[in-house]
Amino acid sequence: MVFWKRMFGEEKKQEQEKEKEQGFFQKLVQGLEKTKQGFVDKVDGIMTGRKVDEELFEELEEALIQADCGLPTAIFLVDQLRERARSERITESEELKSVLVEEITALLERNAAPLKTPEEKPYVIMVVGVNGAGKTTTIGKLAYRFKQEKAKVLLAAGDTFRAGAIEQLTVWANRIGVELVSHAAGSDPAAVAYDAVNAAKARGSDVLVLDTAGRLQTKVNLMNELAKVHRVVQRELGRDLDEILLVVDATTGQNALSQAKMFQEAVPLSGIALTKLDGTAKGGIVLALANELNLAVKLVGVGEQYEDLQDFDASAFAKALFGQSRENA
Amino acid sequence: MAFQNLSSRLQETMRKLRGKGRLSEKDVDGILREIRLALLEADVNYKVVKDFIAHVKERATGHEVLSSLTPGQQVVRIVNEELTQLMGGSQAKLNLSSKPPSVVMMVGLQGAGKTTTGGKLARMLKAQGHRPLLVACDIYRPAAIKQLQVLGEQIEIPVFSMGEQNPVDIAKAAYAHAQRHNNDVVLIDTAGRLHVDAELMEELVQIKEAVDPADILLVVDAMTGQDAVNVAQSFNEQLELGGVVLTKLDGDARGGAALSVKAVTGKPIKYVGISEKMDGLEPFHPDRMASRILGMGDMLTLIEKAVSAVDEEKAEKIAAKLREAEFTLEDFQDQLSQMKSMGPIDQLIGMIPGMNARQLQGLEVDDSHLKKIEAIIQSMTPEERRRPEIIGGSRRKRIAQGSGTRVQDVNRLLKQFSQTKQMLKQLSGSQGSPRGRRKKGMFSLFQ
Ligand SMILES: Nc1nc2c(ncn2[C@@H]2O[C@H](COP(=O)(O)OP(=O)(O)OP(=O)(O)O)[C@@H](O)[C@H]2O)c(=O)[nH]1
Ligand SMILES: [Mg+2]
Repeated sequence: MVFWKRMFGEEKKQEQEKEKEQGFFQKLVQGLEKTKQGFVDKVDGIMTGRKVDEELFEELEEALIQADCGLPTAIFLVDQLRERARSERITESEELKSVLVEEITALLERNAAPLKTPEEKPYVIMVVGVNGAGKTTTIGKLAYRFKQEKAKVLLAAGDTFRAGAIEQLTVWANRIGVELVSHAAGSDPAAVAYDAVNAAKARGSDVLVLDTAGRLQTKVNLMNELAKVHRVVQRELGRDLDEILLVVDATTGQNALSQAKMFQEAVPLSGIALTKLDGTAKGGIVLALANELNLAVKLVGVGEQYEDLQDFDASAFAKALFGQSRENA
Repeated sequence: MAFQNLSSRLQETMRKLRGKGRLSEKDVDGILREIRLALLEADVNYKVVKDFIAHVKERATGHEVLSSLTPGQQVVRIVNEELTQLMGGSQAKLNLSSKPPSVVMMVGLQGAGKTTTGGKLARMLKAQGHRPLLVACDIYRPAAIKQLQVLGEQIEIPVFSMGEQNPVDIAKAAYAHAQRHNNDVVLIDTAGRLHVDAELMEELVQIKEAVDPADILLVVDAMTGQDAVNVAQSFNEQLELGGVVLTKLDGDARGGAALSVKAVTGKPIKYVGISEKMDGLEPFHPDRMASRILGMGDMLTLIEKAVSAVDEEKAEKIAAKLREAEFTLEDFQDQLSQMKSMGPIDQLIGMIPGMNARQLQGLEVDDSHLKKIEAIIQSMTPEERRRPEIIGGSRRKRIAQGSGTRVQDVNRLLKQFSQTKQMLKQLSGSQGSPRGRRKKGMFSLFQ
């Protein structure tokens, strides 16, 4: 099966990644170019033809905050830059810019890993996050990707709470042509999970992707419910899940830190799927997530269509933040 | 998280300033720096924060603050006032036209909460005696129409839909439908869209032109970060919004977006969403939002409490006595009972800026300690209360016995009292307002 081959076949993988980076990059640049006073131009303006001085560092810190990096991470990055500027005797702003890209890339790559390589069928992904983050859409996109790779995909409509949520996932499943397990609205999500895992095993599915209802991380009973769903999946599977992705909207500010922390307490997150990067939000919050919580981004959503899902590429992301074009990137 | 909450950070800052009498401009800067951090942490847009701080600074370095004896609180109070005002001093209502049906459009980014908010608003309007009609114009997101239909069923409000036809046509048809069926409010649920998506933004403009809405509400997620200003500005420029709804406030997001959005559009925040359920919509309270953004509800509550619980008349009398340095243990007793009426003493003092937990332990200011003080004062004769200097060794023994305390306790109270009085005397020589003086008098006895 191509799905398995792709996961193991290195040559093919590199080729695909190259393609992906290109697509990813273009989408990102498109998104980032949409705003006139965006971070891109801002940083470019700050970083062009200037001497490296304290004022420059302060403006950089400002720009990072405006990209939602959060103050602690902005300070952390700028301190790092200051240090390197001093020890490497950097005096020109252009040179500093590439150092900044390097630092951001390093930060994002600290715990980076692609989606785990499948070892055992079914490969199980659970998708969690706050309301409206983009969970169901991301699942549709993942299903499409796996289907393209000729994998046998099963989706589980684990959001039994929100009006129309089951129908939403059903539409995706039908469009893409993958199987779906669903119960009636209002039923127990743990029961859906139970059935889904057993159905995946019985039908010999390669991949099972579980949707969950959006929930705010402060709702204790809902977080307990999520933990229970996770336990049921783990028990029925007889092992750990392959991926548990927290979906974070790129528009989110500092609250994403609280989200990550509290979802992490309920279920063992394996990474982040960052959605809506096709807007003007920079998604700088992922720098804070990497810096403060060691959580890495694995996937990026750049639109509402099936194909608008990319593997995360730290250096492409860092470069796109600074508006370098593909050619000289 | 890397941040402490603002209350505790401010406490630290103000502790350093305590006893300084007056604040220099630099001291005010210190406080404002903490406020700035709090605002950024709450996701208020960077530029909005900058303007705001500059504005507050102007006010805070004025006479009003610098001459106050509680300058820290004064600065915080100004910040709170300004924030509240910035967010729209009073509550703004939904615009309805004089000639029904009134059309209200819900617009915003994907996942902000438009559909849910539309349902909640319809439910609220129905409870007020209106006959709303919900209209499904999100033809893009899978099952968005179904979502609205399910909600409509739940709250027993009709939903108008025409499948995946052109949203402009749906809106027009819905308007005609409402006229025929006597619906006086038409709530249009539109698809989530990026503010930079020219084609989809144009669709909204066309809907607007077709049905002439009385109100257009931008639905904004309370968790939105710095980009909120770009989003709000674009939507406002293209549609001329009537107001804003802030959703998902039942989480722990501080909701700085509220301030950003108000600052760039000037449009009032009309409602807030506080639950996933259909009854989870409330009118917006600018003052509550200000405290939330600052992350310091407690302290502001305290300031309010202190102001309201203290009997103004008594306070004025005390102030007058202070001026003549006639403050007695009787007055002190009064103050103690006033403080008790404000709530558990340790909790209360814990909320006062400048008091931290460590100091509190040293002071042992708990209710039992207060009761001791009260008992001691009660065991004194009226004459002794008025003129504590006459209390010699034998009187102290008697008072200790009468109050069930030790002589050391009596000694300590008398010493603290005379020190405080000494301090008050000095202060009354300065230009402080009676108000400030009163507060200082009230709390300084425990320091
Ligand atoms: N522009 C853009 N929109 C997206 C992206 N991902 C999701 N969306 C949109 O965001 C909205 C919410 O997405 P959903 O997938 O329903 O979000 P969810 O997390 O499942 O929401 P709940 O189940 O209600 O908590 C939909 O309108 C999606 O089309 C993205 O990468 N870019
Ligand atoms: Mg969903």
